[in-house]
Order: sequence, then structure tokens, then C-alpha cells
Amino acid sequence: MLKYILSRLITFVPTFLGVTLISFAFIRVLPGDPIIVMAGERGMTEERYQELLQRFGYDQPLWRQFWDYFTGVLQGDLGTSFVTNRPVWGEFFTLFPATLELSICAMIFAVVLGIPAGVIAAVYRGKFFDRALMSTALVGYSMPIFWWALLLIIVVSGWLGWTPVSGRMGLLYFFDDVTGFMLIDSLLSGQEGAFASAVHHLILPSIVLGTIPLAVIARQTRSAMLEVLSEDYIRTARAKGLSASRVNGLHALRNAMIPVITVIGLSVGTLMAGAILTETIFSWPGIGKWMVDSIFRRDYPVVQGGLLLIALIVMLVNLTVDILYGFINPKIRKR
Amino acid sequence: MKFRHLLATTGIVAAFAATSTAAQTLVYCSEGSPEGFDPALYTSGTTFDASSHTVYNQLVEFQTGTTNVVPGLAESYEASEDGLSYTFTLRPDVQFHSNDLFTPSRPLNADDVIYTFERQMVEGWNGEYFNSMGMGDLIDSIEKVDDMTVRFNLTRPEAPFIANLAMDFASIVSKEYADAMAEAGTPEMLNQRPIGTGPFNFQDYQTDAVIRYAANENYWEDDIPKVDNLVFAITPDASVRLQRLQAGECHVMPYPNPADIDSIRSNTELELKEQEGLNVGYLAFNTTQEPFDNPVVRRAINMAIDRDAIIDVVFQGTGRVAKNPIPPTMWSYNDAVEDYPYDPEQARQMLEEAGVTDLSMNVWAMPVQRPYNPNARRMAELIQEDLSEVGVDVEVVSYEWGEYLERSSELDRDGAVLLGWTGDNGDPDNFLGVLLSCDGVGGANRAQWCHEPFDELILEAKTLTDQADRAQLYEEAQVVFKEQAPWVTIAHSTVFMPVRAEVEDYIVHPLGGHIFDDVSLAE
Repeated sequence: MLKYILSRLITFVPTFLGVTLISFAFIRVLPGDPIIVMAGERGMTEERYQELLQRFGYDQPLWRQFWDYFTGVLQGDLGTSFVTNRPVWGEFFTLFPATLELSICAMIFAVVLGIPAGVIAAVYRGKFFDRALMSTALVGYSMPIFWWALLLIIVVSGWLGWTPVSGRMGLLYFFDDVTGFMLIDSLLSGQEGAFASAVHHLILPSIVLGTIPLAVIARQTRSAMLEVLSEDYIRTARAKGLSASRVNGLHALRNAMIPVITVIGLSVGTLMAGAILTETIFSWPGIGKWMVDSIFRRDYPVVQGGLLLIALIVMLVNLTVDILYGFINPKIRKR
Repeated sequence: MKFRHLLATTGIVAAFAATSTAAQTLVYCSEGSPEGFDPALYTSGTTFDASSHTVYNQLVEFQTGTTNVVPGLAESYEASEDGLSYTFTLRPDVQFHSNDLFTPSRPLNADDVIYTFERQMVEGWNGEYFNSMGMGDLIDSIEKVDDMTVRFNLTRPEAPFIANLAMDFASIVSKEYADAMAEAGTPEMLNQRPIGTGPFNFQDYQTDAVIRYAANENYWEDDIPKVDNLVFAITPDASVRLQRLQAGECHVMPYPNPADIDSIRSNTELELKEQEGLNVGYLAFNTTQEPFDNPVVRRAINMAIDRDAIIDVVFQGTGRVAKNPIPPTMWSYNDAVEDYPYDPEQARQMLEEAGVTDLSMNVWAMPVQRPYNPNARRMAELIQEDLSEVGVDVEVVSYEWGEYLERSSELDRDGAVLLGWTGDNGDPDNFLGVLLSCDGVGGANRAQWCHEPFDELILEAKTLTDQADRAQLYEEAQVVFKEQAPWVTIAHSTVFMPVRAEVEDYIVHPLGGHIFDDVSLAE
């Protein structure tokens, strides 16, 4: 097992190097000189242009800029935002809890609905319920997030008035950030109604962000279940007279879970990408919206540092899933 | 941004959580996050709304709803006869705000004013506006005449100086606070937790989510502000802003989608405020290149373009055709200037007479949406169609925005460029001088147009201190401009602000800022 974990860790190193390089190159291959964009229609004198070039370190050759960035990263220094003059690291960790909270809720929504839906679809294979569910999943999977979010806002918040339109907390509540997780902080604040407000604000964004993972998990559960259900040991279990619920729930589902867990792990990447749009629409103050703003402002340190941190998180989650997988399925770690 | 301990000291919790019925809280669904709270460092309107329009004052200020300059922290000012020095008398007993880091020991005085400008006059100052308005070269020195009197000595007479002082970068900061923070080793607090003299006292900023202000009870102007609390709920998406406004989650929102204007008008719970924007969208020829060095050709193209159709299609009717390079709300706008009629027949004839046949040209379309041009690509296509009617073959070209700005100012650039301008300080020189002077050639003067009779007029106007005298020269300059036609003046757009019906006295500000000093909520 230790050998298996070590071998996973070693592959981590080249991936990390690659991600550092890509995050550095990404913003630089975008066309457009950030200083000229900053000056807008007004323009600026050549003298001022050179001064800014120097301030931001763009007058250095690319390899030099990369070296400075890379050595900074190794020392845990991701640089300082051009715009706010605050450390990228600090900004990231102020905003990350909001994204994490939303992602966890979205994932819970996806898992709690997706797994039972997939199991039922597999058990009633080919029946109306199966077809209806799988076509809904296909629709869910291909749903443009932006459109889906606006539709939900207009119907659920606008017409029905059931949830707030956007934001993380009712504006009447005002308390200090302790953990950055609104569900926890609202309880800690002791203000009446604050927790309910936090829950209300989470509903729509969680549904929107969880829709694609939900569809993926439902489909994956269904196909994994179908595969398992045709195995010999299931036939044996049935033959020895076990009840259908015991066969499906205990023997089949347990084995079907292995590929589903992988899919859940991989969905973390999808969640991060989805968070960018979801956060922008729902005015959710997380890292997705922060990244979008920084790209428009050509805030290089934030874009490259933010990308790197997001990539690291996705990599860590995948590593954890790999290791978990080894625990669940002994065949894997022996390979 | 975490501001621990803030709540314990302010008592605003009570105002928000418990007694919100008695206290009036105005919620503004703002379009984005401020870059910081020190207006001298930034150039975006979003940042100014959150700082200079709420927390700060300037020596002189723009009267809300106009571009007139009125007294602010200076009760009065006097210009010397040669126009080389301006002496300001400060308003007495103006109090700075306080927070848990700082309590002012004295009211505003000359030291604060001097500090505000001297910090920007140092080499390598990183404030784009101070630098680009050329303030560093213009201000020779600032003198403290006495505690309440400050004199600015200039290197040359320059009338727009006063309007510049009303701009956001000239917001007066507290020297005492700056010193205290420098001593504590946290000078960045000036930018993160601003202390000013303005109508609203900064309370808290939750990054990318909410900014909170409380009314400044010691504000120097009586009965202002009208509400007890002001909240900015940051909401980047325009459709979502509208939904929030309709749901009553906020009272005022900026920048609605043009497509939503009709539905806002028909909603009885909302009111749509509108005002002509202080902007102009134009098509600039390169007047140094053939055949556009010939004014007759430029006039002909002016007559070949149907600008009414552009207003209908591109602006969806929410704008007006421009005939002058400055907007009609600006003083010295010359309404007597006669516009070129839309007359393709005559345009074709004029081109023939000028010996221009088989002309093909590029029309540049910006890749971004701007207030003065919501859809440059569509506009360019309409122009292409119109010009093909008079035998001019147009190719529409575009570049990434940064490239576009850079290449369009090159001297040997081809064709004609779509671009525009939004005013900074309401002074005609901010349009005519920046965009059309010989000095701007190779820079913001995209027509590369250096016409001496015009240049003389605007240079002279800049040295006079009397507004009526200046207006006369600018009016003349507009006649010269029209006759020479370095641009096709296309449109001035309209700015819309949807507010909820209970919002009283909200005035749309032509300079683009969102100002809540006078706003109240009906019970």
C-alpha cells in the first residue's frame, strides 16, 4: 500500500511542474498588452508605459519572469495582486471557503439524488422510469449553466418568491467571518434567522452547480449497477433466495460504487469550472468570480497564482481518490 | 477582508439586525467589486462609487446631475489675474470619520489638502488619473497660507484645473490618519479602510459581496445623507441585478440590459431614470492619409452614413445622433452648428468631384462594448452598407482591445476607426483638447488631425479663467470642427438607472458616478 501511495505521489511532481508552467503561460498567450488595456481610450505616454512595464517586471525576458515566479512559488510566495496590492495567497484563502461551501452542497445534492436515481433506473431497466430518468440526465448534462441559472432565478426567486435572487446572506444580517463558511458562521453569530438565510441562499446555486455532476453520477451509477447485476455472484445471490432489496442494495450497490467514487472525484474539476459561471450569476463571492475579474483586469499574479492553487486542489482531490480507490479495491494497488 | 472587532465598536449590528424597521437602509446592487478604497490609485467608476462618491469629498465638487463645479471642502476660491495661482479657503469644522484604528484629533485643515496632493506629486506615483491629467507638470507648488487657506501655484495658466480638482483622484484624505497608519506599519489601511469627510462612513467590506456604510452624522452639509445606512450588494450580472431589484432585494441598480428597458418601463414597482450620457461615439478618419486628407471626401462620407438608422439598430433607440464632438449637456455646446444631412446622392457627387473613384477602405470595429457604442461590429456593418451605396467598398476589421487601442493611434494607420469617449470632468477641453488637439496626434487624437485654426482656439480657451469667454472660443472651435469633419460624429448614448418606486430624489449623474447623498426612501 505504501508503495502504491508513493508511486502516486511521484507522478504528482511532473504534474505540478507542468501546471506551474501552464498557469504562467496561460495569461501571457492571451492577446493584449495589459498596460494598454489599463490605459483605455486615453492612452499613455511612452515614458509612463516603460515605467509601468518595469514596475510589473514585464521588461524582463520571459524565462527570467518564469524563474522569479517559480522560485517564489517554491517559497510559498504567489506574488501580490496588481490591482488590490494584497497577497494572492491571502485573497485566495479569504474567498475559497465560499467556493468550498457551495461545492460541498452541490456535491451532496448530486450524490443524494444521483445514486438512488441510478440504482432505480438500473433495477427498472428499459421501463418508463429508466427512460425518463436517463433522458432527464442527458438534458441535465447538456444544460448551459448560465441559462439554467437564470431560468431558476426567474421562476423560483422571481415568480414564486421562494428563494433570494443572489448573494450569500440576507443583507440585514451582519457578523464577523470566523471560518468563512456561512452555514457555520451564521450559527456562531447567534443571530436569529441567520442560519435559515444562509441555507436559503445556498439552494439555487447548489442546484445549478450540482446539475451536471448529478447527471453524470446518475448515469454512472446506472451503468455500473447494470454491469454488476449481470455478474454470476448476483445470480447466485438471487438463486439462494435473497430478497431483491438485499441483492440490489447490499451486493450490487457496494460493488457498483467503485467506478462511481472515481466519477465523484473527477467531478471536483467540473465543479471548479462550473463555479466560475455559477458564482458570477449568483454574485457568490468565491474564487470563480475572483478569477474572472482578474482575467478581465489582466491581473497576472492573481490569474497565475489562482490557476495554480485551483489545479493543486483538483490534483490533491484526485490523489486522495486514487488512494481511497486502492483501499476499496485491492486489485488496483497490486498492479 | 476581515474586520474583526469592528462590530463591537460600531453598534451598526443593532441598526441592521434588530431595529431595521426604524433605520432606513438603502441597498444599491452595484455592478462589480471595487479595486480598493483609495480613489487616487484607480480609474474605474465602480471604485469611485465605493470611495470618492461616498466616503470622500473634494475641494470643489460636481453638482449632482450637472457638470457644474460647486464648492466642496473649499468654501470659496480665487484665481490670480495671470491664472497662475488659485487660493482656496477651507470650510471650517469639517470632521473626518473615525474607526477602531483611528480617531481624528482635529478638523480638516490645510495640511490634509497639501498631503493629498503632495503624496501624488512624488516620482513614480502609481495613480493613473493624476499622471494622465498631467497634474504633476501643472502643479508647481502648494503653499499653506494659514491653517484654513491653501494656494496652488501652477506652471502655466490652465482653466480646466478647477474641474480637475473636482475629480475623484483629488479626494481629500486625512494626513493624521495616513501618518498614524504609516507609524503603525500598515499604510495599506488607507486603501482598505478609508477615512474621509464624506456623507457615508465606511464600515465593512466583505470581498466581492457586500460593502457597508453608515451615515456620517457629523456631515458638514445639513440634512445629508438622508438614509441611515447604505449597502452595496455586488451583483455582476445585469439580468440578476434586475431580478434583485424586482424582488426588492435592492433599491437602485446601474447598467440594465438594453433589452430589458421596455419591461422596466412597464413595471409599476420600478421607475426608470434616464439622462444623456456625457459621451460621444465617433468614426475617425486618418486625416494624414489619402484621400481622407481632403475635407471634401470626409464631408461626403459624413453625408453617406444614415446615423438615424444606427441609433435605431445599434442603440435600440436609446441615444441621439451627435453633431458636435462634445455632448449637449456640456457647457459651450454649440447648438447652432448645422449637421450634415443624410444625402447619399450628393455624397456620391462630392466624391466624384474630388476625383475619388473606386475607393476601398477599412472601417475598424472595436471588439468590446462601451457606453458610447454598445455594438461596434453591427455599427460597422451598417456603415459598410451605407458606403457601398455611394460606391465605397468597406472592409470591417477588428483586433483584440489592447491591440486595437494601440494600432488605432499609429500615425500611418489605414481607414477610419470607430471609437468614443466618456468625459472625466465635464470640461470641454477634456473632449476637444484630449481628442482633437495637435498634441494628441499619435495618441488619443485618432484622426491624427492637427488643424491650426482649431488648435489655436482651444489652446487659448485653456488659458482663460472666465467661463463665458472660454465658451465663446469652444463654440467657434465646434464650427471649425464641423466644417473640417475629421470625424463622423455618430451618437451620444443615454444612461439608464432603474430604481424602485419608493426611492426618492435619485438623480442620474452625467459624469457616470452613482451618488446617494440626497436619496431617501418613502415609508
